[in-house]
Formats: sequence, C-alpha cells, structure tokens
Amino acid sequence: MAETMKLEIFRYHPEKDNEPTFQTYEVPFLEDWVILDAINYIKDEIDGTLSYRWSCQMGVCGSCGMMINGVPKLSCAVFLKDYYPDKIRVEPLTGFPVERDLIFQMDDFMTKLTEIQPYIIRNKDEEKPLDEGEYLQTPAELARFKPYSMCINCMLCYAACPVYALDSTFIGPAAIALGQRYNMDSRDHGRDARQELIASHEGIWECTFVGECSAVCPKDVDPAAAIQRAKVSSTIDWFKDVLIPWGKKK
Amino acid sequence: MAKSNEPIWWSLFSAGGMVAAMILPVLIIITGILVPFGLVDDDPLNFERIYTALSQSYLIKLILFIVITLPLFHWAHRFRFTLVDVGLKSVSTLISILCYGGAIAGTIIAAIIFLRI
Ligand code: SF4
Ligand code: FES
Repeated sequence: MAETMKLEIFRYHPEKDNEPTFQTYEVPFLEDWVILDAINYIKDEIDGTLSYRWSCQMGVCGSCGMMINGVPKLSCAVFLKDYYPDKIRVEPLTGFPVERDLIFQMDDFMTKLTEIQPYIIRNKDEEKPLDEGEYLQTPAELARFKPYSMCINCMLCYAACPVYALDSTFIGPAAIALGQRYNMDSRDHGRDARQELIASHEGIWECTFVGECSAVCPKDVDPAAAIQRAKVSSTIDWFKDVLIPWGKKK
Repeated sequence: MAKSNEPIWWSLFSAGGMVAAMILPVLIIITGILVPFGLVDDDPLNFERIYTALSQSYLIKLILFIVITLPLFHWAHRFRFTLVDVGLKSVSTLISILCYGGAIAGTIIAAIIFLRI
C-alpha cells in the first residue's frame, strides 16, 4: 500500500455527545496534499458525518481555520508533508463555542465586526456630487491602510489571542485592525464614531501586546501593530481632552 | 461604553519600556560589568564623586529620576496585567491600586531623596 498518514480529529455533536472525543483516520499521503485535502478525503471516502467549513481552497475565503497541532492555521494552506510521518491533531479554533466537530460559532466575532463599523463613513455635508467623480488617493494614502485591508476574517488571530481566550468581551485583533483600516483611510470621517468602542477598556486597552495575532495571521495584516497604533492615537486624544478640554471636537 | 483612563498608565508604561530597553542595559554594562570588573580605572562610582556631581547638577538628577521612576510604572502596568491574566480578575481594582500605588510611592521617595541631595 502507498504511504499513509494519520489525522486525529476533534469530534463533538453537542446535542448528542456529553463531551468531545478524538477520532483517528488514516489517509493516503500525497506530497501535494494540504490538510484540507485529507479532510475532504475523509468526508468523501471514510466518514460523511465529519463537519467542517471550507470554500475557496486557496487562502482567500477565510473559512477553513483550524487548530493544527495546537496552532491556528488555514487548513487549505498547510501541507501534509510538513508533518509527515507524524500524526496530525486537528481541532476547531479555540476560544469559540463548538457548533459541531470542527465548526465553531462565529456570532461573537460577527457582532464585533458590525460594531466596529468597518465601512467608509462620510460627513453628510462633505459628500461631493456624483458627477464630480471619485475621491482620489495618493499611493502614500493607500499604503497607510492597505495591509489592514487584506484581512479575510479567518479569525485565526482570535484563536491565537490569550487575552480573548480569558475574556471574550475584548473586541479582538481583526475587528480593531479593520477599524484602523477605515480610520486611516483619507476618505473616511468615521474615526470619532468608532473611537467610543476602540478607546474603551474592551477595545484596545485589554490588549497586552502578546503579538501572537500577528504571528499567526496568514495575510500579514499585523493586527498587533494596528492595535498599538490605535493606542498611541487614543492616548494623544486623551491628553488633548485632559490638557485642552475647551479644544474638544464636536 | 465608558471612556477609559488607561492612556495615562499606558503612556507611562510605554515610556518606562523605552527607558528600560534603551538606557538600563547601558547602565547595567557600566555599573554591573565595566566598573566591578575593573575595566575602567579612576573609580568612577566613588561615592563622594557621584554625590558631588548629583548635588551640582539638576540635569543629572532629572535623568536619574526618569531612569528610576518610569520603569517602575512599566513594572506596575505589566505586573497588573500579569496578575489579572493568571486569574485574579475579581480583585483587579485592588491589584491596580497596589501596583500603580507602589510605582507612585517609589516616585515620591525618589523625588524626596533627589531634592535632599
Ligand atoms: S487579521 Fe489576519 S488572522 Fe485575523 S482575521 Fe484577519 S486575516 Fe485572519
Ligand atoms: S478554504 Fe478558503 S481560506 Fe481555506
């Protein structure tokens, strides 16, 4: 028989099972297979009851995040050969309630994402008429927020964040990075609207700059840097408020 | 959502981190390695010499004051979050008071000592 590999996969069906179990599957080992290929093989050929999320298989949809040997990764972006011949342990991303098997509940993140208002907000009276054309940006203005706009909402950064694991009221890396993405956009006027949440304790101040979010991010978004920059600008705001109270913005 | 007062502690923490990272290693090399191992002659850490230098210069006092006090706030902030993260969240207010209170006390003591020299 050709070479094989073992995958030890987290199984849990909360309505039926008292507690999670691990099930081991033997799959063919192919040089060019990613872990998601092996899981798809299990689903198609061995056990159709295994549940997990995936879509694009090319690292852009952000739906296939899993703990691979305890590290949050996109399962479509890690090769079996990097683990061969050892057994690979696959679990749902940590820090979230399990829906079923490798599927976890994303509600908390979805709520936070909407709360941060990740879209361009314009002052009503500063909107120019359509026939005057688009709002132009220089390459430098684009560069200020571009890395933050690469986020695919895969939530690996939440699974890696020890602060979020301890206290899920923390807004968390990706949501703050997305807030920054719009705050730093020259076309946006929404910073004040976002600031209430970002500058709150549950916003940036819960972060202790562990930096794991940036270490695991598959898109080099560097959410840790986004949070630190937000801390600097919020601190400047704070001192402005305290030292020049009459200078308060509307 | 209440606006946080964290910026004051965080800015002291960051400034302290800067001092701890950039100035303390230099001081450790000077006071912990070069002088005790006799790698510099003419006894630069002689008490009389340091004391006279300090008493004559507000600039030296100020620099030493900053080098001593800002890292205290760095410690306070780090230690506070460490304690909260190891599971003491329920007493986090007490922890904050003890940590920052300690740093403030250290700052006051340092100020008094420097003013007396
Ligand atoms: S910041 Fe990176 S790790 Fe976090 S959700 Fe976005 S792409 Fe994923
Ligand atoms: S399947 Fe889309 S990112 Fe992995």
